[in-house]
Order: sequence, then C-alpha cells, then structure tokens
Amino acid sequence: MKAALRSELQALIAAKAPCALVTDTNTGAQALVTDTVQGELDVAAHLPEIKRLMAANKSSTIEQTPLFVRVYSPNPRLVVVGAVHIAQSLIPLAQIAGFEVVVIDPRAAFLTAGKLAGATAIEEWPDDGMKFVKPDSRTAVVTLTHDPKLDDPALAAALRSDAFYIGALGSRKTHEKRLQRLRDDGFADADLSRIRGPVGLNINAISPAEIAVSILAQVIEVLRADAK
Amino acid sequence: MSETESLNQIAAWRAAGHKTALATVVQTWGSSPRPAGSHMAMNDKGQFVGSVSGGCIEGAVMDAAREVMATGTPKTLEFGVTNEMAWEVGLACGGRVRVFVEAVE
Repeated sequence: MKAALRSELQALIAAKAPCALVTDTNTGAQALVTDTVQGELDVAAHLPEIKRLMAANKSSTIEQTPLFVRVYSPNPRLVVVGAVHIAQSLIPLAQIAGFEVVVIDPRAAFLTAGKLAGATAIEEWPDDGMKFVKPDSRTAVVTLTHDPKLDDPALAAALRSDAFYIGALGSRKTHEKRLQRLRDDGFADADLSRIRGPVGLNINAISPAEIAVSILAQVIEVLRADAK
Repeated sequence: MSETESLNQIAAWRAAGHKTALATVVQTWGSSPRPAGSHMAMNDKGQFVGSVSGGCIEGAVMDAAREVMATGTPKTLEFGVTNEMAWEVGLACGGRVRVFVEAVE
C-alpha cells in the first residue's frame, strides 16, 4: 500500500466517510473508491459490483477476478438514554465491541457521576438530544431511565428513525404501560413491535453489569441477524 | 477492538521508522473464525495487532510478512485442511482461508 493511499484511507475513516479499498491480489495495485476513484488500479469495469458491496457493508473478492474489495463503514452507534448505573457498564462494553457510544441525559449530576469513558455526552432532553444524534440504520437506541418523561420522547424519536435496534428497560408491566402511552400518541402496534422490552437477552442477569451484557448481546444479535 | 485499529497502529509504527505489513483475509470457505476483510498489522520487530484467524495461523502469516517487508512484493497465502502446512499451522475448525499480505509504506 502506497503512503499517499494509506493516509487518504485513514483520513476517510477518521471522517467516517464510507469507502472501499480495492486490491489486485496478484500485483498489489490498489484503488480507493468513494464517490470518486483514486490510485493506480483501474476498477472502472467493476464499479457497480464495488458500489453494491459498499451498500451491503460487505468485504469480498469479486468472482473470477484477483480483485479484493475491503469496505470500510463507520462503526455502528449505540445511543444510551440515561446515564444510570447500567450505562456505566454498557458504555465500555459497547466500546470494546466496536460501537461508538452516545449518552443522552439532561441531568448534569448523572452525566458527571457516570463513568462515561470516551462516550459522547449530550446534556439535553431526549427529544432535543435525538435531533443531534439522527439515528440511522447503523444506530441502536436503548432507554434506561425508567422515567416516561425521558424514555418516551427518545423512543418516539427512535421509532421515527431507521434505528436497527430499539430497546427499553423496564418490567413487563412498565412496558405495557409504556406501549399504551405511545399508542395514545398515535404509534401503531406494528411500529411498537420494534421496541424490545423488557430489554436484553434473557440470561438471568441481576447486577447492572450483567444487565449491560444482556442488552449488548441482544443489540449484536440484531446487528448480525443476516450475517449467517 | 475497532476494525481500523490495525491501520492506526501501522501509521504509528511508520512514524517511528518501522517497516510494516498488513495481512487481510480475502476469502473464506467453510467455517473460519474471521470474516473477509479482517486485518492483522505487523512490523519488522515482530509485533502485531489484530488477527486473521483464532490464533491458528498468525505465526505463519508473520513469517510471510517478514519476507514481504524485506522485498516489498505482496504474497497470497492459503491455509486449510487440504494444505500440507495444515499439519503445522492449519485451522482446527476445518475451514479454509486465503490471506493477502502486503507491505505498507
């Protein structure tokens, strides 16, 4: 890999710009594909396949060729609403698993008390906070506050987005009441079925850290649903 | 680990004056521990980050990378149960992987 191509690739990754590095594995010649193509390798004939792989976020060899396409996509994001005790475990666990973590909580005391590690902290009410976050198809949203004033607006914003995962902490009973409030706000049952509640895989978790593991496991289960 | 850590590590090694190589899984067959695109970065001191298997073939990849760093010519390696090297460094899972190793400037 040439120095110029490497620094360009790293700049694109740092800017969270989707890109693909195409390598001729016979010669080592490479091209870097974004909206434009740069580098010594001519990939014009294969651009449609390269774009298809980029859209699918899938690195692959192109059949019948020596060309390998390495797709770089921004890391998936986890939006945590409520800097509560569970968040203190969920944030570092998710970061280790490769997620970029954003924490939304209007309560300054919670934001500072929590061990936020390298997470982006947004000290706003969730309806405003979610406008900054703009959840997309690579974003998971988990509400942890138990407080309808905080959880409900975040869930409503998540339901209006393409978030691939929406989870809400709370017992079955709490969740039923929550669904009824959201129904009253005009959400259809088909929308509401996107919310995982009670949140997390059932691993008999009790402590905040264990609950964080069960939540992250479920987020990964959904993220990788089509990997098998 | 972030999937881009290997590239960042290479930048740091280059800045420190090391030769570096990048190994990338380019194809897999059957069960294999790491998918296509997985990176392992190496330097001329034998240090590495990332992985291209569950730890089964990293040693052999490092051996190839030494040569690639010295010559600048890339290499494609194949590991699997049909490979004669399998007895030494094959994949216990029974899968097959092709790994591309290139020098990085």
